[in-house]
Amino acid sequence: MNRVTLFSICTSAGFLLYILEMVRRRKLREEYSILWLAGSVVILALSLKQDWLVGIAHAVGIVYPPSFLFLVGILFILLILIHFSIAISKLHQMNKKMAQEIALMKLRDEKATPPSADSL
Amino acid sequence: MHHAISMTEETPRVLVVIPAYQEERTVGGLVRSLRERYPYDALVVNDGSTDRTSEAAREAGSTVLDLPCNLGIGGAVQTGFLYARDRGYDVVVRIDGDGQHEVEDIPKVLEPILAGRADAVIGSRFLGETEYRGSIPRIFGIRFFRLLVNVTTGYRVTDPTSGFFAINRRLVEFYSDHYPSDYPEVDAYILMHRLKARTIEVPVRMYDRAEGKSSITAFRAVYYMVKVTLSYLINCIRRFG
Repeated sequence: MNRVTLFSICTSAGFLLYILEMVRRRKLREEYSILWLAGSVVILALSLKQDWLVGIAHAVGIVYPPSFLFLVGILFILLILIHFSIAISKLHQMNKKMAQEIALMKLRDEKATPPSADSL
Repeated sequence: MHHAISMTEETPRVLVVIPAYQEERTVGGLVRSLRERYPYDALVVNDGSTDRTSEAAREAGSTVLDLPCNLGIGGAVQTGFLYARDRGYDVVVRIDGDGQHEVEDIPKVLEPILAGRADAVIGSRFLGETEYRGSIPRIFGIRFFRLLVNVTTGYRVTDPTSGFFAINRRLVEFYSDHYPSDYPEVDAYILMHRLKARTIEVPVRMYDRAEGKSSITAFRAVYYMVKVTLSYLINCIRRFG
């Protein structure tokens, strides 16, 4: 086993364990961990089974197999970023609805309570 | 116009929605002149202002909705639609709180809706005689959106970015669920088109802002054009459940 293989295995395995630990401690929600876990599992598998890496790389016409590993990593990062954009959009929408609902509720509340105390 | 309304069994309930952000100096006067002239309810939607916009509007006798944070014009106006929907208003007039629109022109946007001739009436600064002078990028933008709306919906629009309009109950309900967050006016045309709404324009006066800056500065013009065009085209293919 050469040094780069060892490095790749250690990094992806460490990463995998870190993500699992974050989920276990509820610091990372399961739904946001799936892509991270899948990415690290794929990279770990390709580091362990180098003949797979070489085989797939050649099948898609990549001459230098490790660059296929980079490609996989980048693709996962892209997927995760898109996932985040969607999550942010959802939060944005929820935030807007809540702000609107709060404004409407504050007015209802104002009308229900007589204007004796003007403190906010 | 008032005769036509009083003839009907029930007087339609009209709400005038005034979105306001940092407009403490103009919003009070606007509310007062509204209340002097018309029997309609006024609702100021304070879009997270840090000045005395809310107090000024209350002192002038308006109902005020205070948003806890700044949502942008579309989100603020939509809050007004939600209020109108929940309280059973028949018509909503939306007018700016910064003195850009003329309170005296409200009957012009209201009349065709009360008469049942239109679902939406949009005040245009380009119909009839106009005192409006816009900057070159602004005029270019207006021409671009005019073309976009005309080509995609068939509505003959002269002032696609006008924020002075009146809509009936049906559109109020639809906009309560679907209204774009920022720069909503152009987008609204595709929504109206999808609803097969009867939309007309009437001439109104518009002035340069009495206070504050336009939400569209020169630098943001490009972003504005791209964002509106994109969301407009997406709205063409979107599903509304």
